[in-house]
Amino acid sequence: MSDVRSEAEYVEAELVETGQEDDASATDSTSLDTQAIDVVEIIESDPGSRVLEEHVAEQEWTREFVIDDEAAAAEGEDTAHHDTAHHDAQASAEVGEEAAAAEHDTSAEGDGSAAEPVAAAPEPRIQSLPMVKALNAGLRRALAEDDRVLIMGEDVGPLGGVFRVTEGLQKEFGPQRVLDTPLAEAGIIGSAIGLAMRGYRPVVEIQFNGFVFPGFDQITTQLAKMTNRHSGRMRFPVVIRIPHGGHIGAVEHHQEAPEAYFAHTAGLRVVAPSTPHDAYWMIQEAIESDDPVVFFEPMSRYWPKGEVDLVENPTPLHASRVVRTGTDATVVAWAGMVSVALRAAEIAAEEGRSIEVVDLRSLSPVDYGPVIASVQKTGRLIIAQEAPGNVSVASEVAATVAEKAFYSLESPVLRVSGFDVPFPPAKLEELYLPDADRILEAVDRALAY
Amino acid sequence: MVATNENPRPANTVQLLTAEGRFQPSETSAEYLPYLERLDENDYRRFYRDMVRVRAFDTEAANLQRQGQLGLWVPSHGQEGAQVGSARAAKPQDHLFPSYREHVVGMIRGIDPIGIIGLLRGTTHGGWDPTDPAVGNFHLYTLVIGSHTLHATGYAMGMKFDGVVGTGDPEVDAATIAYFGDGATSQGDVNEAYVFAASYQTPQVFFLQNNHWAISVPVSTQSRTPLYLRSSGFGIPGVQIDGNDVLAAYAVTAKHLDDARSGEGPSMIEALTYRMGAHTSSDDPSKYRSDDELAYWAERDPILRFRVFLEQQGVGQAFFDSADEEAADLAADIRRRTLELTSPSVASMFEHVYSEPHPLTEEQRRWFEDYEASFGGDA
Repeated sequence: MSDVRSEAEYVEAELVETGQEDDASATDSTSLDTQAIDVVEIIESDPGSRVLEEHVAEQEWTREFVIDDEAAAAEGEDTAHHDTAHHDAQASAEVGEEAAAAEHDTSAEGDGSAAEPVAAAPEPRIQSLPMVKALNAGLRRALAEDDRVLIMGEDVGPLGGVFRVTEGLQKEFGPQRVLDTPLAEAGIIGSAIGLAMRGYRPVVEIQFNGFVFPGFDQITTQLAKMTNRHSGRMRFPVVIRIPHGGHIGAVEHHQEAPEAYFAHTAGLRVVAPSTPHDAYWMIQEAIESDDPVVFFEPMSRYWPKGEVDLVENPTPLHASRVVRTGTDATVVAWAGMVSVALRAAEIAAEEGRSIEVVDLRSLSPVDYGPVIASVQKTGRLIIAQEAPGNVSVASEVAATVAEKAFYSLESPVLRVSGFDVPFPPAKLEELYLPDADRILEAVDRALAY
Repeated sequence: MVATNENPRPANTVQLLTAEGRFQPSETSAEYLPYLERLDENDYRRFYRDMVRVRAFDTEAANLQRQGQLGLWVPSHGQEGAQVGSARAAKPQDHLFPSYREHVVGMIRGIDPIGIIGLLRGTTHGGWDPTDPAVGNFHLYTLVIGSHTLHATGYAMGMKFDGVVGTGDPEVDAATIAYFGDGATSQGDVNEAYVFAASYQTPQVFFLQNNHWAISVPVSTQSRTPLYLRSSGFGIPGVQIDGNDVLAAYAVTAKHLDDARSGEGPSMIEALTYRMGAHTSSDDPSKYRSDDELAYWAERDPILRFRVFLEQQGVGQAFFDSADEEAADLAADIRRRTLELTSPSVASMFEHVYSEPHPLTEEQRRWFEDYEASFGGDA
């Protein structure tokens, strides 16, 4: 339903409403001359975290989108004139999809040289890409390197997926490698299982998080148990890509964070990149894995650009990673919450508090090493997630750290989560989703303990 | 009883052997008759032995369940004709995806039937290795109704992508069979399998055994339309056969598999049959169906009918005696080996959860080993 352009429009309209147009001129010009990737540096160079002198959560998101999306910045004024139309599109994104897609194509032309990640040779080793392009490049490389890799899903062919992650891939690899499937999630997952039995490595796209559930039975009762049922004599290398989380102003079922269901299920691996660099590498590693991998892609991070090192990747698929060092408290986050946690850490720094941020990256298995080491240093742990808190990944991390690092803790482990209510209508989402303030409130509580 | 159950032989049902065992092909069977020419007298005898073997196996397993040796039994009594005919029509390169009652299909393809016993005794979730050339591409049982029909469809998509369809080489061209029942036709997965099979024109035969009861619910509750007509709405031609006629099951499946292998896409066969026993050993059919209905179907037994046919062909008593003896030997062997089936090792619980190492599984396995060891001795 909702897609790239309509989300940008949403953001732009917010921009106009809140009078932040001027910030749009501070477009992304992150350096391309970096020779090696320093993770902390990447994050610090993230435009989303540089401009945040004040702490007004909704405006921050607004600015970040615009700053990171040159096309959106260019179109900002134009969109302002169509404010009403935009709201209609947002209310029923299905209706607006064609028009939105058309607009996207136009903007891609205007984007010029920066649009194509791996088109011309020799390509620069370090590229500034939004996550959608990084995923596209990773998928293209996987398709090129192994002819058993298939892409399957709804609208992944000529349209390139509603988020354009598979854009151009069918044209390049043909309809037998990039399959537009019937609109049936159980059918997609179930037939992918059969293809895996035949020796293929299907990469399945689920269009939105809330739409995975018609295929949930095939994922949990079949795919997850197949390796075990076959005593390891068959392998089931199926990757299930699922757009994850909120902040895109979409309708019901489009903004959820359902990772706990999958992390709870033995036999599945569950990962969630937070940066374009991780997305580029983790999608390839997920495809190379002989196990089923549920691959959550944070929609709020689809469009901001980040540097991708196309040659070297220092972090294995299932490793967690310190992305900002600090000494007073540890904030663990994943997917779209990592950038929120980093923003909270910046604000805290201005207030004289040093926050360490760990990007969990993998939700099954969880790599507890860096988390425990961080807690042993800081003595305080806050886990931030978009998902509802009850019986969540954060609950599991909290319990495990309490078991394994009890004597290092100076305060109770705190969770900052979405509320245990249905994901609310879009006009309330910024109140539902934990922002930097909610993380800082928890940091305050932990430090006051 | 409901109308559908009282009238199992509509005029267009393909039948070669009457219920009395006379070879009297129905008008609808003309296009299938040439496929019988592939069979000789040895094949006929093999079909008969297949059916009596599995009935003896089935009876023995039911007894073992009643004696507490199996947690559950899933009887196939009454459905031998549909299963033997269809399985014998498949070629070695075909892949067969069973539900969980296709015992003789597995035996024909080469599995050791003790694997089925292990599944129901609680020693394994699998029971055989579909990658072992000896088991003839007979895939594992799937207990969630209808889920495997999609796996069969996906596998058939892969066959097509691999170019093993429509080459004209009879040793290369391949297809899949998805076995399922009347209850499964209500499942979304089966309907989605029809959709995908039609969209990708898979080399595939959907083989539906309509045994008239989904546990206690009659087929009329699943569908107001004859089930073989349903698939045509998906663009998949369907045919209804007398499933208790092993020759019809063979000939019709052989033709549809040939068509599938040659690239003509999927088709669907509804085999009208009857589950003479319970759904499983946990079920009491006397609560939902009549003695008259059971008697009606007992007269249409697939084994009795085929025996009359063979006798008319001149097959003598010695053959039937030897077939019975062979079946009794199988049953005795199964009884002996069932009692020898031991529990799997504790460690096996933690094996094959993933193909690649997973720290949580490893951690829990180590913890449990230490825990067990803490009791000392051979705990």
